[in-house]
Amino acid sequence: MAHGANLLTRRATLLGLAAAATMGGTTLALADAPGERRFVVVILRGALDGMSAVVPYGDPDLMGLRGGLVPKRPGQEGGLLDLGGFFGLHPAMPNLHAMYAAGDLLPIHAVSNGTGTRSHFVAQDRLELGSLKDGGITSGWLNRAAGLLGRPAQDGQRPGSETALAVGSSLPLLLRGPAPVGTWMPPGGGKIDPSFYVELAALHASDPTTGPAIAVALRERGFSAEALAGMAPLPNQGAFSSLCAAGGRLLAAPTGPRLAALEVGGWDTHAHQANRLPPVLKTLDDGLAGLKDGLGEQWKQTVVLVVTEFGRTVRVNGTQGTDHGTASVAFVLGGRVAGGRVGGTWPGLKQAHLFENRDLTPTADLRGVAKGLLAQQFGLDSAALNAVFPDSATIAPMRGLLRA
Amino acid sequence: MQAMIRFGLGRRGTEPLPTDASAWLRTQLLDPDPALAEPVSSTLAGLDAHRLDREMKPMDGQISHVQALWKADSAIATRLLAETDRPFRERLGWFWANHFTVSLKRGEIRPLALPYVQEAIRPHVTGKFADMLRAVMRHPAMLWYLDNQESAGPDSPAGIRAHRGLNENLARESLELHTIGATAGYTQADVTEYAKVLTGWSVDMGSASPGFAFLPERHQPGPKTIMGMSFPEGQAGGEAVLTWLGNHPATFHRIAEKLARHFLADQPAPADVKRIADVLHQTHGDLRAATLAMLEIPAAWQSLTKLRAPGDYVVAAVRALDLPEAQRPDMLGLMNHFGQPFMSAPLPNGWPDTAADWADGEMLLRRADWAMGLAGKHPAIDPMLLAQASLGDLLGDGTRHAIQRAATRQDAVALALAAPEFQRR
Repeated sequence: MAHGANLLTRRATLLGLAAAATMGGTTLALADAPGERRFVVVILRGALDGMSAVVPYGDPDLMGLRGGLVPKRPGQEGGLLDLGGFFGLHPAMPNLHAMYAAGDLLPIHAVSNGTGTRSHFVAQDRLELGSLKDGGITSGWLNRAAGLLGRPAQDGQRPGSETALAVGSSLPLLLRGPAPVGTWMPPGGGKIDPSFYVELAALHASDPTTGPAIAVALRERGFSAEALAGMAPLPNQGAFSSLCAAGGRLLAAPTGPRLAALEVGGWDTHAHQANRLPPVLKTLDDGLAGLKDGLGEQWKQTVVLVVTEFGRTVRVNGTQGTDHGTASVAFVLGGRVAGGRVGGTWPGLKQAHLFENRDLTPTADLRGVAKGLLAQQFGLDSAALNAVFPDSATIAPMRGLLRA
Repeated sequence: MQAMIRFGLGRRGTEPLPTDASAWLRTQLLDPDPALAEPVSSTLAGLDAHRLDREMKPMDGQISHVQALWKADSAIATRLLAETDRPFRERLGWFWANHFTVSLKRGEIRPLALPYVQEAIRPHVTGKFADMLRAVMRHPAMLWYLDNQESAGPDSPAGIRAHRGLNENLARESLELHTIGATAGYTQADVTEYAKVLTGWSVDMGSASPGFAFLPERHQPGPKTIMGMSFPEGQAGGEAVLTWLGNHPATFHRIAEKLARHFLADQPAPADVKRIADVLHQTHGDLRAATLAMLEIPAAWQSLTKLRAPGDYVVAAVRALDLPEAQRPDMLGLMNHFGQPFMSAPLPNGWPDTAADWADGEMLLRRADWAMGLAGKHPAIDPMLLAQASLGDLLGDGTRHAIQRAATRQDAVALALAAPEFQRR
């Protein structure tokens, strides 16, 4: 492996790579980073209940804490999809289970972004900035990674020919910054997540004028009263899947982007979680399957990281949901992933082990996961990794995430 | 804060709140309208643009005189709505412009629409109602919109020579919509007589300086009788009718009710309407005195119940966001998208003014859809600051919690703009 500023300078000169200058004196080794490798980050906005997606059914304290949210055990009809005898994947995620069986899926449990906040906005900002220092950095960490991996603009540039691509209706903070980033939105525009309309309807429900009007109009748009009450699936959940498939195809092109970000909402399950979460999990499962299909052969060179801003309370709240918590699960998937196992360290659910007697205790930092993936996928050395995650020197890159 | 929303256009960003709301409103009625200093096109320029486009059709890809004039004038109008620090004055201007509606549904109105507001409406917002009525009835925009420019007395020289006749449109709407109202007891014969009075009130396009002209050769000769009142032949007859209608008790009652419905409540209390009407009566139609009297009514300071019409909503949202002018949303496009295209009321009775008229769910959802899109484009907006700045004490716990609990900042910003409180004025 080659190291040092010389290589960066040579490569930057060769490629006319202006973005590299913004990284200051960072050293970077790209010798082991073949250009065809791809890295995709999927943000689950709203806080995924990790213990519902990857259920620790072997933990003796689980049923006592949240029995009402736990699907049947593996082997039963509609039961969990087993992940090696202690964890089970939610039954709404059969495609991920098939990836697990193929060794391409690595769930990592009890991770957090180390923030301690339970504010969606603050936690999402920190997750995307890759920094806990509010008000310092303004670029997203994937943009900084794009700056290190960048390649020059080409004549006749078409959407997707930048180093990094945002797939969806807005550019997430994760990808904002000095490095040029493409955006791609399907014809007809991005769909607004249906969970927004649930919030809107609830907010207007007691208004005698706007409440009934909005309820009627939402019905016209396919939201039944049952769906708004959390008793039936919401409409339009298929939009993410087609977005993922299209994103996969863009990434698969030989001159396609090397980095991409997608986002999907609907995870903020404060009420009726047993009804509301499965369709959202299915959306994610379908979407990731679509991404794999879209990537085709490129799947073998692609790593996908699925993250959320924090987890949810271990116990059920008063409305059959869960409130904002701390640790959750992350998913790493792709053809190079050392999967077929559940990663991370399970902290257990004994009361004394719960974070602030309510949340799953984090045992790993998401930045360590991301650093490990960037190191192994692109050969970034520790100086480059610390440029991507500036205040993370004490957080070691997680090892062994990808096959050698 | 409530005064800024009920009587103004919504708070602009974090502009200072008036320490004395009543004094803040009164000052706006006493000071001259700053909009009168804006370089809006003159009626003369509007007529010229219309004439130039008629004489020579613009070539392909070339912007017409009318389009250029409209672009400049509407930019001034939207900038005033977004930025004015005399929002009560601005609201009153548009209230009266809607009372005396001219609509872009008639294409030829476009070059005259904003000059009309500037010259016929704004100067009289704190003046005498009869003066506004007279300015409106002489303005080419109204004469065109309600088809009076061609109306001719059957016995006038032009009527006899060219077999031309009456067009009753302006006379009828002047009675029914602008002044005494359909329940005042006039008959078809009265409408016809009034139409005869108005013959000759026209627009001269031939002269070097086109504009209002009384054309005697079209005027129906002889005196006319309307509701038992006799009016002389000539332009003076029309002037006398307008003085009479502009000071009629039925007119005062109607405009008092309309003011109260616009600013106070969809169903204003009869006593409140009477209070305003009485002031109009005592002051011979002084709109400043009437508006001041409205501010004295307790209902003016009670909680907000009016639903923001689409135009109100767009202006309030743009002011709340207070984005730099270059990033400001296309206000006219949004008004159209939300169901109230700017100055384009479908009928001469103007836009309706109650919640029932505007509480269309799909249109309300469009506000929310737009807010989501906007929030996605402006990630730096702090949703709680936006809600607190734009709603103040009116921000309810439900909305506060929804913003705090929203799954994303984008959701939260959109909820702040789509909240029930933000739909009220």
